[in-house]
Amino acid sequence: MNAVEVKNLSLSYGDIKVLENLNFAIPENAFVSIVGPNGAGKTTLMKILLGLIKVEYGEVKIFGKHSDEIDPQLIGYVPQIKTMDRNFPALSIELVASGLLRKWPWSVKGNDRENSIKALEMVKAEHLAFRPITELSGGELQRVCLARSIVRNPKLVVLDEPATGIDAIGEADLYNLLEKYQQNSKATVLMITHDWHVANHHSDFVLLLNRKQVSFGPPEEALSEQNLRTAFGHIGHEHKVKMN
Amino acid sequence: MFEFLSLPFMQRALIAGILVGILASYYGVFVVQRGLGFLGSGLAHAAFGGVALGILLDQEPLLVAVPFTILVAIGITYVKNNTNLAGDTTIGIFFSVSMALGIIFIFMKRQYTSDAFNYLFGSILAVSLTDVIAPAVLVLISVLLSPFWKRWAYSSFDRELAQADRVPVQFDDYILSVLIAVTIVVSIKVVGIVLIAAFLVIPPATSRLVNKSFSRMTAYSIVLGVSTAIIGLWISYYLDVPSGATIILLQALLFFVVMIIKKLYY
Repeated sequence: MNAVEVKNLSLSYGDIKVLENLNFAIPENAFVSIVGPNGAGKTTLMKILLGLIKVEYGEVKIFGKHSDEIDPQLIGYVPQIKTMDRNFPALSIELVASGLLRKWPWSVKGNDRENSIKALEMVKAEHLAFRPITELSGGELQRVCLARSIVRNPKLVVLDEPATGIDAIGEADLYNLLEKYQQNSKATVLMITHDWHVANHHSDFVLLLNRKQVSFGPPEEALSEQNLRTAFGHIGHEHKVKMN
Repeated sequence: MFEFLSLPFMQRALIAGILVGILASYYGVFVVQRGLGFLGSGLAHAAFGGVALGILLDQEPLLVAVPFTILVAIGITYVKNNTNLAGDTTIGIFFSVSMALGIIFIFMKRQYTSDAFNYLFGSILAVSLTDVIAPAVLVLISVLLSPFWKRWAYSSFDRELAQADRVPVQFDDYILSVLIAVTIVVSIKVVGIVLIAAFLVIPPATSRLVNKSFSRMTAYSIVLGVSTAIIGLWISYYLDVPSGATIILLQALLFFVVMIIKKLYY
């Protein structure tokens, strides 16, 4: 069974076509990047997959079920940390436990506490468990959010621009953790990024998007020079993508 | 020192004060954390429209104000969720319409309406048995609805995460805004329409200064709301000054003291 199956998917906001005729299938246990410039419809597509936006035309299936029918427990979602309320009074362990309970915990005790700590250990962030999120750096918060998404042992992990707001070392750490988690858990990882170099380096498959589907396939095919020019209008400043 | 407790009107005021302290400071944590301070103000002014309609119709003002304010709360939530208008713009529209209606209703009464001033500024002398029963019922309802705290807290932190986990955030918005609206209406005899919005904001804000988790912020906010209501009522009785203003000034004093201590020592 495919983890994600998208057929003839289109979406418009009024007269503006946001997504046009997308067709792709993501096998289980794959690391997939959705790449495209700003306004390409990446986040909209992710929201459709998470069941936050209704499908207008076409069909979207996650593990064989329509996205609004799927058990949310199967999906671990890591939002962009820049959109999060970092002034919210919360300890890291409470944020992780919210991923387990699918509601905000009054207190984190017993098995919930144990599982939350284990998830933090998996992303090497157990020392942050009782730190308020207001005191975390971007990279630390991103790790805690990753722990929050994997604490429920999801079959699909969806990450929205996970490198935004963190430094280069934090970014490299994050991708290593993600790859390690994906290999150990056999989960499917779906990552949104505008950085095709990262997508090229880490992904099994890449969906290149600019409202229309430019390409889908292994990175060396999907991120060809011609496809990048179609999606971005250029292929970067003074350097070209080095393919594997 | 405690002889004021032997006076029946003070007993009613004190019980009402404690209940209002629980309600306002509990729902206030969501108001503060969601940045909805203006909603409290807007609904308080909507309550004025309802109270004025009750006075005009010679009905118990609170009984008219409850459905009137609930309708306004639902209207604000609907427009906010279904248009691209900012929350404060939506509240501003409903706020002014309700206030304008209230002024017209009072004008239409064409006789001296001292009652209206009790509602505007609060009066412990005017606290009736209804003003004690109404918040008591709402506290009971709030206890029954306490499992909702976890959902409201989740969507207060991040609406999208909550929605992705199938929390019905829009439905919850309606429930929460209706409960805030009723809290405001049942609080106005003690605190007054003009100041009730502050009661929703100051205890949670003070609690936020010293707490690093939302559950603790909620618990401390309730303790602060109740204790300042009791002490404020006691001070207002001995100084013979308006109860609502005394409670709010006490809460504000506490807020600034905590803020300064935190700044100096932490």
